[in-house]
Amino acid sequence: MRSITTNYSDDGYNFAFLDEQTKRMVRRTLLKALSIPGYQVPFGGREMPLASGWGTGGIQITASVLGPNDRLKVIDQGADDTTNAVSIRRFFQTVADISVTESTEEATIIQTRHRVPEAPLTEGQILVYQVPEPEPLRKLIPRESETRKMHAYAEYGAMQVTLYENIARFGRIAKTYDYPAMINGRFLMSPSPIPKFDNPKMANNPAIQFWGAGREKRIYAVPPYTSVRSLDFDDHPFEVQTWQGCCALCGSTVSYLDEVITDDKGSRMFVCSDTDFCNTRQAQAAAQPNSAGGES
Amino acid sequence: MYVAVKGGEQAILNTHKLISETRRGDPEIAELTLPQISEQLGLAVDRVMAEGSVYDRQLAALALKQAQGDAMEAIFLLRAYRTTLPRIAVSEPIDTSRMAIRRRISATFKDLPGGQVLGPTYDYTHRLLDFALTAEGLERVRAVPAAEPLDQSVPRVVDLLDDEGVIQEENDDDQEEVFDLTRQPKSFPAGRDQRLQNLARADEGFLLGLAYSTTRGYGFNHPFVGELRLGEVTVEIVPEELGFPIVVAEVTVTECQMINSFRGSAEQPPQFTRGYGLTFGHNEGKAMSMSLVDRAMRARELGEDVRYPAQDEEFVLSHTDNVEANGLVTHYKLPHYVDFQAELQLVRQLRAEYEAARAAAQTREAAE
Repeated sequence: MRSITTNYSDDGYNFAFLDEQTKRMVRRTLLKALSIPGYQVPFGGREMPLASGWGTGGIQITASVLGPNDRLKVIDQGADDTTNAVSIRRFFQTVADISVTESTEEATIIQTRHRVPEAPLTEGQILVYQVPEPEPLRKLIPRESETRKMHAYAEYGAMQVTLYENIARFGRIAKTYDYPAMINGRFLMSPSPIPKFDNPKMANNPAIQFWGAGREKRIYAVPPYTSVRSLDFDDHPFEVQTWQGCCALCGSTVSYLDEVITDDKGSRMFVCSDTDFCNTRQAQAAAQPNSAGGES
Repeated sequence: MYVAVKGGEQAILNTHKLISETRRGDPEIAELTLPQISEQLGLAVDRVMAEGSVYDRQLAALALKQAQGDAMEAIFLLRAYRTTLPRIAVSEPIDTSRMAIRRRISATFKDLPGGQVLGPTYDYTHRLLDFALTAEGLERVRAVPAAEPLDQSVPRVVDLLDDEGVIQEENDDDQEEVFDLTRQPKSFPAGRDQRLQNLARADEGFLLGLAYSTTRGYGFNHPFVGELRLGEVTVEIVPEELGFPIVVAEVTVTECQMINSFRGSAEQPPQFTRGYGLTFGHNEGKAMSMSLVDRAMRARELGEDVRYPAQDEEFVLSHTDNVEANGLVTHYKLPHYVDFQAELQLVRQLRAEYEAARAAAQTREAAE
C-alpha cells in the first residue's frame, strides 16, 4: 500500500485541530447539507491556521469527518505533490496523526482543490472540495441578499440568459470551469472551479461529496446517487474539454491534461493533472511491457 | 467656571515629551536599534519604503522606530522627507527578466523553464504560534541551497504566452515622457502610467480590499497569477556626459503579472488580458492587489462597463493614497469652533421656526 508514513504528530492540539463542539456544529451542517442537496448551508466557520481561501472550508469539513482509522488523500489540481496539497496533508499528519495516501482507491477521505479524481469513487468514500466562491450567481448579482432570494424562488433564468448570451456572441457556451449545475432538480450549485470536464463525474456518484467555503462560511453537498445536471440548451448540449494528443507520460486520452512548458521557445507537452491516475497507468504499463502506451 | 483653553504652545511641547516617553517604553528594556528593525522587521520596512516611495532601508527603519511601528505614520515621515530630496536623474526602465531571483512562482503552468522557486514565503506555514521564538539566541535551522544556481536570466511566463499571441500585447507606444505623480497633479482620464504610479504608492490594506472586491462579484476578474517574482534588480542611469548606462543601485522588488480572461470585442480578438503590479521590497499581497486593480481600471480601454468601485479610476486614484486619506480624516480632530458655531446657529434657528410652525398648526386645529 502506497501510504506515506512520516509521523509529524503534535500532542498539543485536539484530534484534528478543531474542538469537539465545533466539529459537532460542522457535522450538523453537513447533515443539513446532505438533506437539501445543493443548498448552501451557512455555518459558523472558524479561523484556521491557513489563509482563508486556501482551503479552510475543506479543512474544517475534513477535520469534522475524520476518524483515527481514516486514510486521507489531499490533492490540488489533481496532484498529490503540489505545494498546497503537501501543506494540507502535513497539517493533518501534525494534528490528527492519521494515515495518508496518494492512492484514490485506498483513501477514505479525499480533500481536493479543482479536480475530481479520474478513478471512479466508491460507496463509503468522502470527497471534500475546497471552495473559493460558493455562490454560482455572484458574478451576475454581487449582493447576497438578492441571490438568496433567487435560490429560494428557484429563479435561475439570469444564469440561463448568461449562457445564451455566450452562444449569441461566441457560438458556444464560453464557461470552461466552475460550470453551474442543477442539483437534484432544485438548487443551482457552483461545483467550485473544477473544469467542466469533471462535472459529469459528480452525477450519481456513489461517494459523498461535500463542498466547504471557509471564507464565505457556507457548506453544501451532493449525496450519493444524486442527479447533477450541467446547464445547457437542447440545441447546444453540454460538452466537456477534449485534447488532440494524449498524456506524454502514460498515454491516456481520457484524462484531463495539463500543459507544461518545456523550454524558452515555448515548446509544450501535455500530462495528466491527476498524478495518481497517471502513475498507476505508468506502473501498469511497466508491468505489461507489450501493451505499453496503449489505451486500456 | 470653565476657562477657555489658552497656552496651546506649552501643551504641545508636553505632548512631544509624552510621545517620546511612550515611544521609549520601559527604560529597563533595551532600546531597539535601526539594524535590528531593518533586519528583523524586514517586511514592515519594505512596506514603508514602498508606500513612502523612498528606497532606503535605514531611513524606513528610522521612520518605523519613530512611529512606534505604526506603518502609516512611518510612511508619512518618509514621504515628507522625500520632498526635500533633489532629483538627480530618471533611471532607465528596470529589466525584471534579468532579476536575481529569490522567489518565482506561476499558478498557470505546472512547470516551466527556470522552474517554480518557492523562496522565502509564509504561504505553506501553518499559522501556529511558534513559542520557540519567545526565547532569544536560539540556533535556527538553515535552508539547504540547491546543488545548482538558478539561470542568470529566467524568462517571464507572460512573455512565453505573448509569443503565442493569446495574451494582449503590451508596449510603451514609444512614450517618452512618463507621467510623474510626485510632480504633477492628478488628471482624468488618467493614463496607465499615472494609474500604476498611484497604485504603487497606494495603501496596502485598502488596495487589498479593492482587489478582493473585484474577485467577489464587484468586478469581472478571474485572475490567474501568471507569475509572481521577487528578487534584486539593478538600476541604471545614463549620465548626459557619458551617454551610456551605468549601474547606480541594486533594489529588491516584487513583480506580479496577473492574467485575466477577456473574450474579445468588435476590434480585438479573444485573448487574455493583463494586470501589472510592481513594488519595492518583498510585498506580495501589495503587488498582487495592484495587478488586480490595474486590470479592473482598464475596463474602459477594453470596452467593459464601469460598474463597480475598483473599475472607477477616479474613485480609486482619489482614495488610495493613505498619506492623503489619513490627513483629511484626522484633520477632523482639529478645532472646528467657527464653522460648528455657524451650523449650530442655523440648526437653532430652524428648530425655532419648526416649533413655531407646529404650535401655530395646533392652535389652528384646536380652533376648528
